Amino acid sequence: MLDFSAAEMEAVRLSLRVAFWAMVGSLPFGLVTAMVLARGRFWGKTLLDGVVHLPLVMPPVVTGYLLLLLFGRRGPLGRFLEETFGIVFAFRWTGAALASAIMGFPLLVRAIRLSLEAIDRRLEEAAGTLGARKLFVFALVTLPLMAPGIVAGMVLSFARSLGEFGATITFVSNIPGETRTIASAIYTLTQTPGGDVGALRLTLVSIALSLVALLAADLLARRIDRRLSGD
Amino acid sequence: MLEVDIEHRLADFLLDIHFRAGRGLTALFGRSGAGKTSVVNAIAGLLRPRRGCIVMDGSVLLDTERGICVPTHRRRVGYVFQEGRLFPHLTVRQNLLFGRWFAPARERRAASLDDVVDLLGMAALLDRRPGRLSGGEKQRVAIGRALLASPQLLLMDEPLASLDARRKDEILPYLERLRDEARVPIVYVSHSIAEVTRLATTIVLISAGRVHAVGPVREVMGRAELYPLAGRFEAGAVLAVRITAHDPRWSLTQLTGDFGKLTVPHLDAPIGTPLRVRIRARDVILAVARLTGISALNVLAAEVERLVPIEEGALEVQLRLGGERLLARITRRSGEALGLAVGRRVFALIKTVAIDRRSLSRQGETADLDDEIETFDS
Repeated sequence: MLDFSAAEMEAVRLSLRVAFWAMVGSLPFGLVTAMVLARGRFWGKTLLDGVVHLPLVMPPVVTGYLLLLLFGRRGPLGRFLEETFGIVFAFRWTGAALASAIMGFPLLVRAIRLSLEAIDRRLEEAAGTLGARKLFVFALVTLPLMAPGIVAGMVLSFARSLGEFGATITFVSNIPGETRTIASAIYTLTQTPGGDVGALRLTLVSIALSLVALLAADLLARRIDRRLSGD
Repeated sequence: MLEVDIEHRLADFLLDIHFRAGRGLTALFGRSGAGKTSVVNAIAGLLRPRRGCIVMDGSVLLDTERGICVPTHRRRVGYVFQEGRLFPHLTVRQNLLFGRWFAPARERRAASLDDVVDLLGMAALLDRRPGRLSGGEKQRVAIGRALLASPQLLLMDEPLASLDARRKDEILPYLERLRDEARVPIVYVSHSIAEVTRLATTIVLISAGRVHAVGPVREVMGRAELYPLAGRFEAGAVLAVRITAHDPRWSLTQLTGDFGKLTVPHLDAPIGTPLRVRIRARDVILAVARLTGISALNVLAAEVERLVPIEEGALEVQLRLGGERLLARITRRSGEALGLAVGRRVFALIKTVAIDRRSLSRQGETADLDDEIETFDS
């Protein structure tokens, strides 16, 4: 039962790589977006909030197709990135990471934003009276206090990436060794005669990975909480 | 020298404040919601007044006319907030040293960690996090943290208001030492008459966004007409005295001031110690002739300076005794019966036991006064 085929192992490794880079790559953008939404006051904020949350409510296929239109080799962004930086997303694992990042983005932003809104801004004022300029206030007070939310957001983004299917398969297809993640592999196996056992194996792996990610996040969040509450 | 002259629109009234604060502790005193906190926030740069000018030792912190508004982190004012505002993710030591990283190198010598830890008795707390400190300990750390940023001015916004009476007693001596030893001018917001009497060098009385009186504690506390502005606490004048004799046989202590002598219950302090004594208006009896055969040990000759009718049936009498003032609260009927009028010579009688021994501080330049810390409902 537990002897994985080389293709199955490949899918697991690929899924982890895609999820990791989706999480890491979207973090800076998630931080900035959460800051802007939590603290900014500007025209169009509600619209931005809506756009950020779109991937949560749109059919994943739509997101994937939009990515294909924009980041495909002939899409406006895709062509620009390829010509200037040599970065290609279409039908590569990087494209799977991009699709996963977009799908997980609302969860990431939401978690960070909630933690930011929970911060007592009077602590930042206090840091200011002690001589800290805005950048230091952010680095020494705001960021550490946001840590639990950032961790939670990263885990949600990671877990969401592991489960991503619709947008990925639409945008970068289902290429063995390049874009065939666990989810795509399970789908393929269920379409293949005699593939049931392999599908079941990958299903168990998928459950195990998600559980480990959630438990690790819980542990980390508790440790940070304990620190903040004074132990 | 701090000079404040600001105008700002608040929810209920126009804040229009003008005062100067010199060395020592300047108390912004008045009832809750009078605008005191807005004034210190403006000094710290946390609130930008609509119009005005704030100058600290010749350097301009705010001048709306010239468009100058120095940002908070460059003002070099230490701020002790009512709720402490310690950083929960840092230890006490890290909290204390937070401001030091930002103080200009040449001014860091102003206060060393060891000195401040000593001054505030915090050695045992250094490795704890704020979540595990008591209210009194938190406030001490907050004071230490502000001091270690080497401020040119220390702002304190009701630093004792969230503490119970015992914790207040725990911190008050530290504040006295701070005022006398740290040589940083302090602006102290309070609505507690006991705190202000004990700590203040100068009082700025604020009511509904305006300054109604500025002056030394004894001068302002002795003015009967100011009490309705300050809040619902009991009127009482403050006298400056020095311990001149102890009488162990009767367990009494003699205090001497410009006005004469006072006998109070025994005080455990050496002869020569300067003190402040607050005498509540309701503890003073007036007589138009010198009485004999009475139990009150303190009889002081005085002259009526002002009569202020207060609530239903009562009269606040402001008296002058030498260079000092005394307040007495009597009924209007008695006032009429005695024929009290401005300039009339009277005798003020104060029961020795009315001055509570427990309330008299044994150290520092000043001491207290009446037994309870009086505050009013906000």
